[in-house]
Amino acid sequence: MSVTGTSVTETVNAGGGLVDGLLLPWPDADGEPFWQYALRGELRVQACADCGLRRFPPRPSCPRCHSFADTWQQTSGRGRIWSFVVAHPPLLPAYAAQAPYPVAVVELDDDPAIRMVGTLTPSVRRPDAPWNAVPVSRLRIGTPVQAVYQILTPGVAVPRWALTSP
Amino acid sequence: MGEAMLKDRTAIVGIGQTRFAKSLDEPEKTLACRAVLAALDDAGIDPSEVDALASYTMEETDEVELAKSIGAGDITFFSRTGFGGGGSCATVAHLAMAVATGQASVGVAWRSRKRGSGVRPWTNTGVQLPTPAQWTRPFGLLRPADEIAMLARRYMHEYGATRDHLFNVALACRNRANQNPAAVMYERPLTREMYMDARWISEPLCLYDNCLETDGALACVVVGAERARDCRQRPVYVHSVAQGLPAQHHGMVNYWNDDPLTGPAWTAARQLWKTADLGPQDVDTAQIYDAFTPLIPLSLEGYGFCGRGEGAAYTEGGALELGGRLPINTAGGGLSEGYVHGFNLINEGVRQLRGSSTSQVPDAATCLVTAGEGVPTSALLLRN
Ligand SMILES: [Zn+2]
Repeated sequence: MSVTGTSVTETVNAGGGLVDGLLLPWPDADGEPFWQYALRGELRVQACADCGLRRFPPRPSCPRCHSFADTWQQTSGRGRIWSFVVAHPPLLPAYAAQAPYPVAVVELDDDPAIRMVGTLTPSVRRPDAPWNAVPVSRLRIGTPVQAVYQILTPGVAVPRWALTSP
Repeated sequence: MGEAMLKDRTAIVGIGQTRFAKSLDEPEKTLACRAVLAALDDAGIDPSEVDALASYTMEETDEVELAKSIGAGDITFFSRTGFGGGGSCATVAHLAMAVATGQASVGVAWRSRKRGSGVRPWTNTGVQLPTPAQWTRPFGLLRPADEIAMLARRYMHEYGATRDHLFNVALACRNRANQNPAAVMYERPLTREMYMDARWISEPLCLYDNCLETDGALACVVVGAERARDCRQRPVYVHSVAQGLPAQHHGMVNYWNDDPLTGPAWTAARQLWKTADLGPQDVDTAQIYDAFTPLIPLSLEGYGFCGRGEGAAYTEGGALELGGRLPINTAGGGLSEGYVHGFNLINEGVRQLRGSSTSQVPDAATCLVTAGEGVPTSALLLRN
């Protein structure tokens, strides 16, 4: 599947998997659509075209009915923090420069069994905020968040989680 | 071919190891050969009799190199187990299966590693990139410590576990290392103040919640029970073995399992106890994989020493110390003896049942040994 004409995999490959020392996603055939939709600002998850079971991470076949047919269902992009850590060095240099920074696992409101990893940003208007822009004191398990999309390099967007509480 | 097929049919009859240190001069291959030859010498078995080999997929010394260096005879069984530290106990399990089923007669398992002086895998950008890391690494979750810290915070939230509980784990391991001259942390006591003031690695985990970076190698020898009675050392019988890869597991991050806090330990434990005459209540000492402190309460629950959510409270009152309810990691474990992907836990389990540990549990007759939790894992129940 290609939304833009060039696959995210090709873009990532061309850059050697890195941009400014940050790791880009290295998609496989199953993951490619996720990253394509992320470029359009959509948080979609793979679902079985036959029995409807949603599955994450993406994979070739349905673990319930064994169908190889899939669709990509749009989600609201809303969720809440399931857990979080604050990463301190030693880290790869580009990460150490932003440390300490929080990383969360977020459970999706639409399907709490689907949890996604992500960095945090203080607001939906700041998809490019530094990774350490959210004070850790604002973070709790259960804190509501909304997916936003940071363009890491042309052709590669990564979802992040914006705090939505007042 | 009933469930008792493997029970006590084989035994560990030799153990060997090199020195443990932050940095050793010799290459991994040399260290591997030293550990294997030491284990065979301990057993009183000539290397030419070795016909089975087992190690980890991450082991750099391959079977061909090892066999020709030690002067092994024809090898008729060889096996590698994946998933890093999850493979430790499976090496012995695979040899036990091979020997019990007649595929071989003398098996050697080993692990050699230069993690102290070598490159840490997560500092190598290249190994971070391939899938399935696309679901974690680009989001800033880079290291195993981050991945386990994520589970740890959730565990603390759900069950009221605290940093003091994690300290109990770190302290028990350090106290045992302080009794073990071979341990990296032999002469370095740990205090609560040191723990609470330590720098963070990935909150809620601090420096002392993480295992050591160590150079070293270990090995052990597995033979049939009959032959074991003629060996130099008291046989330590392999009573039951298990591997565990839970449904919907995703390596290191069990986040997409229905219940992320019931990891591979639960799966391995069900199989381990199913084929054993014994239960958790019969275990005299346990060597529990401790790359990170939270793996201990999670494993205590998984292997059935306490109920769900009770693992942290179980560590209170010195329960994990020598003389406590369940002395663990009696040579110091990965946290304080040395981190050689958990193989040192196997050898310490053998020493306990021989009565030769530096922190001997009086009359220890049964020992549980576990492999990496958080990754597809394995476990052994040893008895004398
Ligand atoms: Zn289906």
